[in-house]
Amino acid sequence: MDEDYKDWGIEDVPVYQLKLFVAGTSSLSVRAISNLKLILSKYLDGRYELDIIDVYQQPEMALQDDVAAVPMLLKKFPSPTRRLIGDMSDTAKVLRGLGI
Amino acid sequence: MSSTQSLPDNGNTLLNTLPKTPSGISGLDQITMGGLPTGRPTLICGSTGCGKTLFSLEFLIRGAQEYGEAGVFMAFEEKPQELAMNVASLGFDLNKLQEEKKIKVDYVHIDRSEIEETGEYDLEGLFIRLGYAIDTIGAKRVVLDTIENLFAGLTDLGILRAELRRLFGWLKEKGVTAIITGEQGEKTLTRQGLEEYVSDCVILLDHRIINQISTRRLRIIKYRGTLHGTNEYPFLIDEEGISVLPVTSLQLDKPVSSESIPTGIPALNEMLSAGGFFRGSSVLVSGTAGTGKTSMSASFINQACKDGLRCLYFAFEESPLQIMRNMHSIGMDLQSHIDAGLLKFYASRPTLYGLEMHLVAIHKAIKKFQPQVVVLDPITNLITIGSVSEVKAMLVRLIDFLQEQQITVMFTALTLNNIVNEQTDEGVSSLVDAWILIKDIEMNGERNKGLYVMKSRGMKHSNQIREFVISENGLDLMDVYLGPEGILTGSAREAHRLEEQTGKVLHTHTLDRIDRELQRKRKVLESKIDSLRTEFESTEDELNKIYTEEEIRKDVLSQTREKMTSYRSNSSSSASE
Repeated sequence: MDEDYKDWGIEDVPVYQLKLFVAGTSSLSVRAISNLKLILSKYLDGRYELDIIDVYQQPEMALQDDVAAVPMLLKKFPSPTRRLIGDMSDTAKVLRGLGI
Repeated sequence: MSSTQSLPDNGNTLLNTLPKTPSGISGLDQITMGGLPTGRPTLICGSTGCGKTLFSLEFLIRGAQEYGEAGVFMAFEEKPQELAMNVASLGFDLNKLQEEKKIKVDYVHIDRSEIEETGEYDLEGLFIRLGYAIDTIGAKRVVLDTIENLFAGLTDLGILRAELRRLFGWLKEKGVTAIITGEQGEKTLTRQGLEEYVSDCVILLDHRIINQISTRRLRIIKYRGTLHGTNEYPFLIDEEGISVLPVTSLQLDKPVSSESIPTGIPALNEMLSAGGFFRGSSVLVSGTAGTGKTSMSASFINQACKDGLRCLYFAFEESPLQIMRNMHSIGMDLQSHIDAGLLKFYASRPTLYGLEMHLVAIHKAIKKFQPQVVVLDPITNLITIGSVSEVKAMLVRLIDFLQEQQITVMFTALTLNNIVNEQTDEGVSSLVDAWILIKDIEMNGERNKGLYVMKSRGMKHSNQIREFVISENGLDLMDVYLGPEGILTGSAREAHRLEEQTGKVLHTHTLDRIDRELQRKRKVLESKIDSLRTEFESTEDELNKIYTEEEIRKDVLSQTREKMTSYRSNSSSSASE
């Protein structure tokens, strides 16, 4: 049963679409990127598309996606939309946020 | 620092005082003596529904429309469409301003259910968005409404507080004039203690309900580095936005005029040596119910309109149509003045809003219409929504304002039928320049009206009580008839007049009779004189006759004697021979 569920999930969810908003190369940004990459490679290997957006460079993107706190990981697909803020150091919360 | 308003060169102020940005909100700039502090954040706090959002939005819109300063509105509560709709009711087209790049609305939505806090974070995103918005339109004004909503979405208070402190510092650095709104807390000005961070200028809005009537008030709690009004100022939100009413300057240095405005009743003009009320003076007409106070004020404006003056009539009791109909019955066509654009009615129920609001509304109406004559009918109705002292305070301010504008004002006041009250008509009698009192005089089973001038500053006035008569031809004052019990009015006066007329007829009749008698007497006497004279003449004749006879006799005697003598001598000579 558990196997089936996982298979089903894998089959039906092609790729996670993720956007990570960071502000420049602050220590927070760096930490968030490395933490996130670790988690993703461990739990969603090959099943995600990650855009890393520097809001300094693309402020209009911050507007578009309603970014306030950074670093923020936006998961639009699969729904529901979730916003994960922080440096991604709390792995359990990141996984819960991603729905894994 | 982008100082938007350079300091006025007073010459006497060599020191650099705080630059201010005019808010454009009517009245606020007077209280703050110029506006909000330029380049610094201002905190506006208050409870729900007190008008914070509108206040800050008007600050931006006025800035864009009147001062050419673009503004950014960062909304944490309402969506841009909602905001646009809200201000559309005040006649502001927010969407158009956004298209013209004069205002930018940025909606920050933080939904707790979507958010997972996974570690340390900051609000750099917000800073960037704000910075981006400011830079794209070159904004000078910024509003953050209501930033405390962040506290509902994010849980890490430590981070939030640090970031807010940083935000306000950053805003100052940017040199934008900012308004931050905050919900009032239990014991603090804002729930999250924003006043800690924003310490340059704090304005508290309040929405109070007294006697079931709500009044909005505004108070500047703190304004660093400048003088400011410290009172609670009422403010009004209506179709033209916010207007704050500065509680008057209590200086008594108003201009005065010695020109006069006729009262509309010729006989009353005669009672006043100036031929009317002074321009810019305040007149109180008081009397008991049904004494014709409204008619009197209508007659006043009727005359003023005929003289081409602009009049504004504040009716607190009757509707304009009602007044016009009633005045038509006594020969006044007010409609024609309305058509000519000289007269305007402003009717509202006293209970519609609080006293202060009435004052604000009156101010606004006067500023808009620019009248030369104003009537408030009746001020006593305002008592229903405030205490006597409050009404008095309000009227002091109103009179003050009207005097400044050189507007002649007529108040009507209802007096209760007792002597104590007569002297204390809402305590305004000492404030007004002229006071006309209309009294009921009950006598001979009738009720008549007596009018007198209680006072009229700066002119001689009649001390007499006249009868005030309202007829289909208008208002008039009747001459005084003094009877044994004082003045006579109504039918008693009429009776007295008739009586006098009869008396006159009788009198002339008597005179005629005496005349005729005299005539007759004279005739009798004259005839008597005639007969006497005849008698005299005959006596005289008699006398003359006797005298003549005597003469004749004398003559004859002497002749005879001569004859005798001559005869005797002749006879003697013959004898001697």
